[in-house]
Amino acid sequence: MSPLESMISISGVSKLFGTVRAVDNVTLDIAQNEFFAILGPSGSGKTTLLRLLGGFEIPNAGEIFLDREPVSEVLPNQRPTNMVFQNYAIFPHLSVNENIAYGLLNKAMTKEQVQDTVDEMLELIRLPGYGLRAPHQLSGGERQRVALARALVCQPKVLLLDEPLGALDKKLREEMQVELRQLQRTVGITFVFVTHDQEEALTMADRIAVMMSGKIVQVDTPSALYETPSCTAVAEFIGNINLLPGTVEAVGETVVIDTGSTGRLSVPAGQSQARPGEKAVLAIRPEKLRITSEVPDGNYNRLRGKLIAESYAGDRSYYFLDIEGLSRQLTVANLNERQSSTRSRIDDVEEVWVVWPIESGLLLTS
Amino acid sequence: MERLRTPGVVPLILGFYMFVLYAPVLLLPLFSLNDSIYMNFPMKAFTTKWYALMIEDASLMKALWASVKIAVLAAIVSTILGFLTAKAMTSYRMRGRGVIFGFIMLPLIVPHIILGASLLTFFRLFLDLSLTLWTVGLSHVLMCIPFSMLVLIARLEGFDRNMEEASYDLGMSAWQTFRRVTLPLAMPGVLASLLLCFMVSFDEFLMAFFLSGNQATLPVYMYSLIRFPSFIPGVLALGSCILVASVVIITMAEWLRRGKDKV
Repeated sequence: MSPLESMISISGVSKLFGTVRAVDNVTLDIAQNEFFAILGPSGSGKTTLLRLLGGFEIPNAGEIFLDREPVSEVLPNQRPTNMVFQNYAIFPHLSVNENIAYGLLNKAMTKEQVQDTVDEMLELIRLPGYGLRAPHQLSGGERQRVALARALVCQPKVLLLDEPLGALDKKLREEMQVELRQLQRTVGITFVFVTHDQEEALTMADRIAVMMSGKIVQVDTPSALYETPSCTAVAEFIGNINLLPGTVEAVGETVVIDTGSTGRLSVPAGQSQARPGEKAVLAIRPEKLRITSEVPDGNYNRLRGKLIAESYAGDRSYYFLDIEGLSRQLTVANLNERQSSTRSRIDDVEEVWVVWPIESGLLLTS
Repeated sequence: MERLRTPGVVPLILGFYMFVLYAPVLLLPLFSLNDSIYMNFPMKAFTTKWYALMIEDASLMKALWASVKIAVLAAIVSTILGFLTAKAMTSYRMRGRGVIFGFIMLPLIVPHIILGASLLTFFRLFLDLSLTLWTVGLSHVLMCIPFSMLVLIARLEGFDRNMEEASYDLGMSAWQTFRRVTLPLAMPGVLASLLLCFMVSFDEFLMAFFLSGNQATLPVYMYSLIRFPSFIPGVLALGSCILVASVVIITMAEWLRRGKDKV
């Protein structure tokens, strides 16, 4: 995507707090109508990046373009962006109506026009008739929708959301994920949201930027991010993953790495340019592993290990294995397709094989 | 963990404490209704004539009016200044914040007799001001600002800073944000500060004693009357009125400060 087509173009932006580089030379393009997530652990600078987009911080270096206009020093009240704050920041002294109408107060509109617009918004967020309620009468989910309406009523080019679902309980969060997605399609506005919850980012976003210590580490679609993380840090941050470190031995279509006492393992070469003798890591997701008592035929990697613990999570179970020569336990995830009473249980401290098809592995060199 | 039981002696101590603290105060309204100019038992007949006498006393009413004027002015000025200070203290992490805070709190710690004497010297020798109710008012502003600032800092720290940012984000200017968001949210604190400062100024004696000219404030006037027994019942009546008003005002201020609408 060239900067010309993008709604937001961030170019070499840095933000310092004292000597801390909260945002460190970030370059990023976000397309029109994209549902974009900035994902990172706390302290990664993701909220600062969002605040830079909203105009609450001014970058120390670089430039931000919004719809091709440079906006780095434009104040929040002059920017075509609106923000949904982490705790929603609903004005407690105003009714739902007044909260939503707040952004229209400076516009040349009659009272009737304002009320019509507010009613439309209430319809959109599926809270019709809530106009006269006070904020303290609303549930967490309702507050969040009011915050959305209050921001959307200004018809921004970009809607910024800071941990939009962070304050909701799990069930509501899952409902709101779907609802936010639908809302974004309905209004056709670019949404940029910040989250530390990888599941939230994976389910909602078109594309995700992973941010760590102020830098963007990878920008990709959810599936690409999960299946082909660019480095071990991203691989470990998004979902569970097993990392098997070793030395590259042979390079071809598949790369053979020597993991020392656990033996030789094969992995597709993929995008990596590993050379023999280099350090590398074989990464494999827990759900791609299988526990068997016999080794299957075909292109499989295998490891011999002892089952240490099992953790039941309803739809799936996690098994933790000790592999000789591996400092960390190996995690295997298994869908519980059968009822637990009929499911064959794996005995404790049993010697088993862990196997996976060669093509499921991923080679990481950094 | 097992909760500790309250030892039986505690109610006793509490009772004694309350007695020592409040019994003398309650003598005031009691004797103000007694038909005798001497404060001693046994009491004579019930009367309200001291209250009537109090209202008829023109110079007493004048002193009361002077005190009210000063207290209203001091409350308003110190609440405005206290608000600005509290806003700065809670919004910005500036250098020397602690030092500034300390200096503003100083009038609470410096003995008032020292403060009164130094202000007297300052006003007379350096500024060559004649002593009027204005000089008393100025000194009361100085004393009230710490109270106002403390009450308002507590209030301003209580609400989400994102509120103001949300207002800017929705297109409001700094002034509009102040008027539509900051001020309404701080309002219970502002009212509490007004009431508290009014009370601090209203019953302040030492500064007024040093700094008032020929027009005395109420506490100064009352002090001057104590020497004449015939005036004492009138003072008692007035004291009782002030007592009731103080309790009402302070209770209101405290109720507002704690405000059930915590954000």
